[in-house]
Amino acid sequence: MNTVIFRTVAPYLASLMVLFSIFVLLRGHNEPGGGFIGGLIAASALAIYGIACGVAPVRRAIYFHPLQIAAFGLFLAAVAGLMSLAGGNAFMTGLWVFPEIGGVELALSTPMMFDIGVYCVVVGAITSIALALEEREVE
Amino acid sequence: MALASSGPMLFYLSLPFVAAILSPVLVRLAGHRGVWLLALAPLAIFAHFLSLADPIADGASFSGGVSWIPAMGVELSWRLDGLSFVFGLLITGIGTLIILYSGGYLKGHPQLGRFLAFMFLFMGSMLGLVMADNLFALLVLWEMTSITSFLLIGFDHNRRASRRGALQALLVTGAGGLSLIAAFLLIQFATGATSMSQLLASPDVLRESPLYVAIFVLVLGGAFTKSAQFPLHFWLPNAMEAPTPVSAYLHSATMVKAGVYLLLRLNPVLGETVLWETVLPVFGGATLLIGTILAIRQTDLKLMLAYTTVASLGLLVMLTGFGGERAIEAAVYYLVAHSLFKGGLFMVAGAIDHGAGTRDIRKLAGLRSAMPITFAAACLAGLSMAGLPPLVGFLAKEEIYAAIAGPDSWSILITIVAIAGNALMLVIGAAVALKPFLGSRPAALDEAHEGSVLLWLGPVVLGLLGLAAALAYGVSNRYVFSPIASAAAGLPVSAHGALALHPGLPLTLSAVTVALGALVYWRLDMARLIVAVLLARIGWGPDKGFDQAVSGIVRLSSGVTRIVHGGRLEAYMMVVFLTVAGVLAVPMIVYGELPQLPVPLTLTFYEWGVVAIAIIGLIAVMLANDRLTAIVSLGIQGFAVALIFMLFGAPDLSFTQFMVETLSVVILALVMTRLTLHKADHRPTRAKIVDGAVSVVAGIGFGLLLLSVTQVPFDASLSQFFAENSRTIAHGRNIVNVIIVDFRGLDTLGEIAVVMIAGLSILALIRLRVRRPLEADARPEGEAAPKGALENAV
Repeated sequence: MNTVIFRTVAPYLASLMVLFSIFVLLRGHNEPGGGFIGGLIAASALAIYGIACGVAPVRRAIYFHPLQIAAFGLFLAAVAGLMSLAGGNAFMTGLWVFPEIGGVELALSTPMMFDIGVYCVVVGAITSIALALEEREVE
Repeated sequence: MALASSGPMLFYLSLPFVAAILSPVLVRLAGHRGVWLLALAPLAIFAHFLSLADPIADGASFSGGVSWIPAMGVELSWRLDGLSFVFGLLITGIGTLIILYSGGYLKGHPQLGRFLAFMFLFMGSMLGLVMADNLFALLVLWEMTSITSFLLIGFDHNRRASRRGALQALLVTGAGGLSLIAAFLLIQFATGATSMSQLLASPDVLRESPLYVAIFVLVLGGAFTKSAQFPLHFWLPNAMEAPTPVSAYLHSATMVKAGVYLLLRLNPVLGETVLWETVLPVFGGATLLIGTILAIRQTDLKLMLAYTTVASLGLLVMLTGFGGERAIEAAVYYLVAHSLFKGGLFMVAGAIDHGAGTRDIRKLAGLRSAMPITFAAACLAGLSMAGLPPLVGFLAKEEIYAAIAGPDSWSILITIVAIAGNALMLVIGAAVALKPFLGSRPAALDEAHEGSVLLWLGPVVLGLLGLAAALAYGVSNRYVFSPIASAAAGLPVSAHGALALHPGLPLTLSAVTVALGALVYWRLDMARLIVAVLLARIGWGPDKGFDQAVSGIVRLSSGVTRIVHGGRLEAYMMVVFLTVAGVLAVPMIVYGELPQLPVPLTLTFYEWGVVAIAIIGLIAVMLANDRLTAIVSLGIQGFAVALIFMLFGAPDLSFTQFMVETLSVVILALVMTRLTLHKADHRPTRAKIVDGAVSVVAGIGFGLLLLSVTQVPFDASLSQFFAENSRTIAHGRNIVNVIIVDFRGLDTLGEIAVVMIAGLSILALIRLRVRRPLEADARPEGEAAPKGALENAV
């Protein structure tokens, strides 16, 4: 597995995959995609990076501990659900705003926030498992 | 009734909890002197109760509260009548003194703040318990007293005996709590009442209910465990591992009386039946005798007092069950007297321990000159315990004899039990109050000294109260004894107690008691020896039985665990798949609901192609020479399934399937590298046949299930709703994603929480496997260090 080609290509491949995963995450509401799939893509990207270059560079690259990312995701998803309570609506009622920035209408919403939370949980939990397993392998 | 007064009362009832939060802070700021400020909390509640003394004495009762779980009839409601009034006075009054005493007793202890917090938590729970009107509020507070008692007994948690005592108390009283839950549920079922007030308003409903016996037994289960009745008494002496203020407060004056409180409270609705008037005196009488006899055996001041507490609780239960207002009246006299003298004696024992350094009665003597104030307090309390005039204990004893003496054999039997118990109680009272102080002081006690004001204030005040209650019996009868007796008896009672010698039967019996007690006291060492020999002859006791029961349960559960949790993954998998196969296939065959097979299959050539890929993948799994190849081959099958999803119009599903398949191959392969397995998976032919058969059956079961599901007419109402509203309500065209993040967002929230927890636990599992060998192996440091260094470097 540790071929030069793989090790050289892996960082680029991984970054492309992470980029793609964000794209998939954001298009999810209207086209096939979403937080869960996006999270899986990003997790595989990090797994590939880890297999190719070792665990330490991955940990450096994502900066936070993977479980911190997962916990943040869960927090974000819960907050997204709680926000509607402030307006007197039921838990998890979707709130939408459509600001216009530079002539383009953006659709921002609590379901989107929720989806980002799902993405983070999936990336964090799977990456934490994969990295822990890979770490041992190196040893 | 008077809902208007609910505000201040709930405020006062929550004061102990506020004090619990404040006490660690105050102790950090002011040290043990903080107790002077903290004691104001119970004092304020005490004063509030006193301000209601007049209407209570006139027979009024107050109630109020707030709703908690209205759908289930659970309210935080309170009821103040004679019974809860007197208990409230005892809890807050003695509580004030105990908080001060704690400050002196644990002066300079690093965890004094925590201790006081526990004490206040207990005080709040106990006060709530006696004030609670709603049955379920009472239960919650009942359990809270068990839990806080556990924390307090185990306060000195570095000692094994402490931990054992705490656990034992928690298990016994916790079991009683469970019994009480069942009792209250049955009461609610039988009468529809959710509160004591409703229950007391129609007193005969319970007695006539067919569930009476069950309710009676379950209520006793709660009361007898809490009030330490034989044979469940053993936890109380073991609870003496707690610091002395705890013993004085919880395990003599207040908490252990919760069971008696419950019996008194329910006396108007459960009492006056043959069952009640037989079972209670029998258990109470047995507890009285056994408690006093065991007390004689002890040499530790606290343990002597603890066993007499058991005995006193037995006496109270016996009187409660004897029947008639006069017995109830005697019970409440004794209840109040006992709280005053026993709380005081425990504090005296603690002060002796503090001042002289030992609690062993054989080593203590001649402390009267060193500790004169403590001696005075001890005399007041001890005389009251002995039932001598002019103290409230004397009133109690006269009342007891007046209530139970009678010409029939039952009364005579009970009277004999009471005389024997009281005489031995007198012995212990005199021994604890006099022995340490009289005689000549041994050299070992030269250092003995009087404690600070915090240490002697409590016993002195309680002793004087015991004196005052007897001297001013008119006042105490009107404000204390009559109200509580009326509430417990369920009809107006005016207390008879008076500080006068009425020549007659009670006085004679008193004289007999004193004479008998004096005789045993004279030969105390011999009596102790006799009891010790007797106990050694018996050998087994409930305390040992408890240990045997606990270790039996542990053995049973580890045996069961060994059977169902053998540790072989293959066995687990076999059970899971056999169950799946059985659940799927058997009902369909038994009920003849097998689906119609879709023959002939109409598939296009490329669909056939994908199916062929899946089958090739499976064959590759079976033919694979090593495990890694098998895992990757399984991935082929997964990708083929993903393709099928794609072809049949489920891009989201297909997408996810691709990613999941990829990641599972990666993670499975990584896991393989960590397990010490053979490279190849060799199984004997028999195992191959069995495994193959099970997997084929499970697979066919799934296939048949899917077929029959698709053959049921499809209810499209949900899909239609999602299709119609996804764009309009949720602003999304991708229905799948809208369902995940919006329509069924709550499900997703739960799922991601599960993912998160799974991640955490798997990480813990992996880490555990890494650490275990390093720690378990007692390798020399030098060999382990490079390993760790390597890990850090990588």
